[in-house]
Formats: sequence, structure tokens, C-alpha cells
Amino acid sequence: MLHTPIGFADAAAGDVQLSWNLIADAQQLFAYHFMQNAFLAGTLIALLAGAVGYFMVLRGQSFAGHMLANVGFAGAVGAKLIGWSPVVGLLVFCLGAALGIGVLGERNGRMQWGQGVAIGTVQTFALGLGILFVQLSSSYAAGIYTLLFGAVLGISDRDVSIIAGTTVVTLAVLVTIARPLLFASIDPDVAEARGVPVRLLDNAFLVLLAFATAQAVQVVGVLLIFALLVTPAAIAQQVTARPTAAVALSILLALLFTWVGLAIAYFTPYPVGFFITSLAFGTYGLVRLFQLLPKTRARPQGELL
Amino acid sequence: MTSKSRDIDPVPQPTRIQANARAEAFISTRQNVVQLERAGVRRGGRLLWCNMELNVRQGEFIAILGPNGAGKSTLLKTLLGLYPLHEGRLTVLGAPVRRGNPAVGYLPQRRTFDTDVRVRGRDIVQLGLDGTRWGLPVPMLKRFGGGKARAREEQRRVQQAIELVGATAYAHRPIGELSGGEQQRLLIAQALVTRPRILLLDEPLDSLDLHSQQAVSALIRSISQEYQVTVLLVAHDINPILPYLDRVIYIGRGQTAIGTPQEVITSETLSQLYDSPIEVLQTRDGRLVVVGQPEQVTYHATHSNRVC
Repeated sequence: MLHTPIGFADAAAGDVQLSWNLIADAQQLFAYHFMQNAFLAGTLIALLAGAVGYFMVLRGQSFAGHMLANVGFAGAVGAKLIGWSPVVGLLVFCLGAALGIGVLGERNGRMQWGQGVAIGTVQTFALGLGILFVQLSSSYAAGIYTLLFGAVLGISDRDVSIIAGTTVVTLAVLVTIARPLLFASIDPDVAEARGVPVRLLDNAFLVLLAFATAQAVQVVGVLLIFALLVTPAAIAQQVTARPTAAVALSILLALLFTWVGLAIAYFTPYPVGFFITSLAFGTYGLVRLFQLLPKTRARPQGELL
Repeated sequence: MTSKSRDIDPVPQPTRIQANARAEAFISTRQNVVQLERAGVRRGGRLLWCNMELNVRQGEFIAILGPNGAGKSTLLKTLLGLYPLHEGRLTVLGAPVRRGNPAVGYLPQRRTFDTDVRVRGRDIVQLGLDGTRWGLPVPMLKRFGGGKARAREEQRRVQQAIELVGATAYAHRPIGELSGGEQQRLLIAQALVTRPRILLLDEPLDSLDLHSQQAVSALIRSISQEYQVTVLLVAHDINPILPYLDRVIYIGRGQTAIGTPQEVITSETLSQLYDSPIEVLQTRDGRLVVVGQPEQVTYHATHSNRVC
């Protein structure tokens, strides 16, 4: 997974030509097996990141998502070091970190994510561990680069099946706990009084977040993780205040960014990560700009839909 | 008994009309909605209060008063089954207390939503109804055919609760954008949406301006009267609710004084409760001012003369 460079220059050098014939373009897009895998993995990951991201933004746990990504980096390099698939390393490390946060949070009552000193400390330690693993595994510069900035173009068939399995399980759990999780996220005191296992859901969500992060890292990399996990959800919450609609929109945007980003990157010599983050940033900027405009009377204040 | 509880309940005698109206109710009006017997609660290794004797009848409007740290919120959380009793017995609606009873509505202390919480007020209210349910959310069920009738019925109840608190005009807006008073109304709607028999409100008037304080107190009173909902309300300032109160529970120094406001909020009773001189003054417009009451329970100072 980690041996493919970011750009398409090597893989599909001169023979890619964008034309006005959309069908021909699509045929070109899916001509290579690695592109089929990229779209398949990208779609699954966007589904997961869009849905989990909504709750993450709602709960104000963006920082935790970022930390999990950094921890995942160490995991991926470490797994590569001992000859395992980086996907496995990502999953194991993210899961371990999520459970760790859960245990720490248990002791301090509900954790104050805004302060985040503990998270920051763990995060830098994980990055330091990552550097050690990089040093130990010689000649791995390209692999590091793809991990930090995304490597969706080098995803193997086995990775795709791991991603598919994780996505299905995570989404199934998320759908099952969606309403109590929403209740516990918005209104933990009342939720607890009404019998919702708030603490259990806190921990369960961290585990789901760990799965989503471990997957999203493979598309956009550790450093660009917010493009799939945070931005689509943040945009969706700006556009609509209906939870169901916001989750749907968040997923839709994550899918759109991934697909369009992959397609553009295929026909240009530039990296996928750049296009996905640019699309995310551009859309977010547009939505915020639109909100700054004087509101029309006909529209209820603060809601676009 | 070392208790100084002043539980001066007369024998409940519901009128004939009231009795008929409540004939279908699960519990007869003669039965106490909340019953505490020699109850004591321990928090952080020390007893907060003890020997509490309390019988609450259906439809009563009761304020819980006392200095910070006296255990007022703890009393509500005990009634919710969130904290266990250290001693004594507690029954709620004729059964041992259990957490998550939909017949008990709760409004915790606090709690204003950040401006960036972008969820509609209506959804917050709806969570009171379906937030405890696992599985697919209702809109999806609707789409797949099943559960359509239930979804419609739930929508109706949510709308009813919103109308009841007068929040129709802004229920569709993100809750973070609403004022404190508007948020409080929607949260009361959330507590009411399960049609509870008991409402436990923790400082619902706190952080509201004077106008909203009066409006929200009047709203709580009208709900209590119209639907025979029993209200136990923790208050910092008694004056906005004084005209509506049936009884007050004053907690101080580990003991409780219970009775009508005229009986409990007097210089004599409060001085006895705190074991220090306290004066209750009445202004010309009927407001009560308590002078000399400790604002905060300081356990170093009061430990020696505490009862618990």
C-alpha cells in the first residue's frame, strides 16, 4: 500500500488524456485496477468518515480524532517494520489509544476535550514513536510521505476487504446506537437520568472514531485527516440543524470530495490529498461566506435548509 | 428521633371532581407520589442530610431551598435514582426508585447550549421521547414503511409539548442560537414530552432575566395545575415562585424544615435550622429577604453543630 507515490505521474504517465467525452473519461478512470481499488476504498471510507465525523464535531472531539490519526501513524510504520500490513497497525494503535482515552476519561469523570493537555502529550509521544520506527526501518521515506499525506492509490485487494469489513461493522454499530448517542452527546445529564448508559456510549464512540480515523488516514493521510472527518460534518452542521439531514449531507460531501478529488488527481500530475482538502476548504469557505451575507426575511434565521 | 423535620401534612382529601378526573391514574391521589422515610444521603464520605421525612402528594408544587452545597441537587438526583440512599427508604410513584423512569421528568442545573450546537430545538425535545431507544432513527423507519403510525404519534406529542411551553415560534432554530429563556422553555418541553407525573427542576430560573423568570415560573405552575404534575423545584431565589408554592423544603446543616412558606421561611425556624441568628424580612410587595443565611455550606465552620 505504501510504495505508490502520491501523484499519478509514474503509474499512468503520458497515456491519460482528459476529453469532452465523459464516458471515455470514466473508462480511462477505471481502466487500472489500482484506480478501482482507490474508488472502492475511498467510497467506503467517505461513508464512514462522514457519519462518524458528524458525531465527532457535535461532541467537540475533533482534537481526539486528530490525536488518533497521529497515533495511527506510529502504528502503521510499526506494523510495516515487523512485516505486517499498515492497515492492521493503524487499527490496532488507534483502538489502543481510544481505549486509553476512555480509561483516563473514566477516572476524571467526563473528559474536558477543550483542555486536551493529556491528548496533546499522548499525540506527540506517538509521533516520536513513529520517528523511531521510521529510523529503525531503513529506506522508507516514500512510505512515510504517503502515510502523512495519503496513499489511496496504493491500496491492495486485501486492504480493500479489511476496509470494507471495518466500515460495515462500524456503520452497523453507529446506526444501532445513533439516537442514544445523540442524546448523550447533546444532553448527557438528562440522558443519564433517563437511563442512557452515557459513559459506555462515550467509550463506544471513541472506538468507532478509532476505526473511522484508521480508515480515513489511508485516503488523506495523517496530516490531512480533517478533510474527511471534520470538514464535511462541519459544513453539514452549518447548512442544516436537522440531525438526520446533517448526517446524510456530511456523508454526501465526504463522498463528493473523495470522488472528485480522485478523478481530478487522475488527469493531472498533482496529489489526491491536495484536491480533496481543496474541495473541502473551498466548500466550507463558500458556506461560511454565504452565511455572512445579509439574511433574507423569508428564510428562518440561521438555517439554510 | 433527632429529626427536626416539620412535616405538617394534613390528611389528603381530594375533592370529588379531582378524584374523578384522576380515576384512571395508576396511583390513587391518596397515595404519596414521593415518599422519603428517615432518608439520608452520603456524598464524598460525609452525610449531606439525614432523617428526611417527606411525603409529596400529586400535583403539589414544592421548592427546595438552602445554601450551596447543602444537598438540594443531590435530593433531586436521589429521586431520579442516580444516587443511592445511605439510609432510610424512598418510594417514587409507589415503587422503589429506578433510574430512567419516564414518569419522572428532569431538568438539570445549568445548562445553556454553546452557540455552535447546531441542532434544532425540536430535535432536543424529541430526544426526550426517543433518545433512549436503540436502533434506526424514526425518519428511516418511516421511509421503510413500518413504524409510520408511531412516528406520527411521536411528532404530535413533540409538537404538543412545544406548544405547551409556547416555543412554537423558534423550535425549528438551532438551540445554540436561542436565548437562555427560550432554551429553558424547550428543555422544559423535553422534560414534559414523556408526560411525566413528576417534574424535578434544578434551578430552572437561574441565569434568566427577571421577565423570563416570571414567565417560566408561571408556565411551570400552570403545567402543574392543569396536568396534575407534581413539581419539585430547586431554587436559589424563592421570590419569583413564592406566590405559586404549596410547600418548601429548607435544607441546612444536614437537617430539613418542611412546610408552607409562611411556616418555614420565618426568622424563628431558619435560626433554629442553622443554629445562628437569621432574620426574615418582608418587603411591601410581599418579597421575602433572608438576612444572615450562609451562602455556602462551610464544613469546617458548621461541622461541630451538624446533626449528621
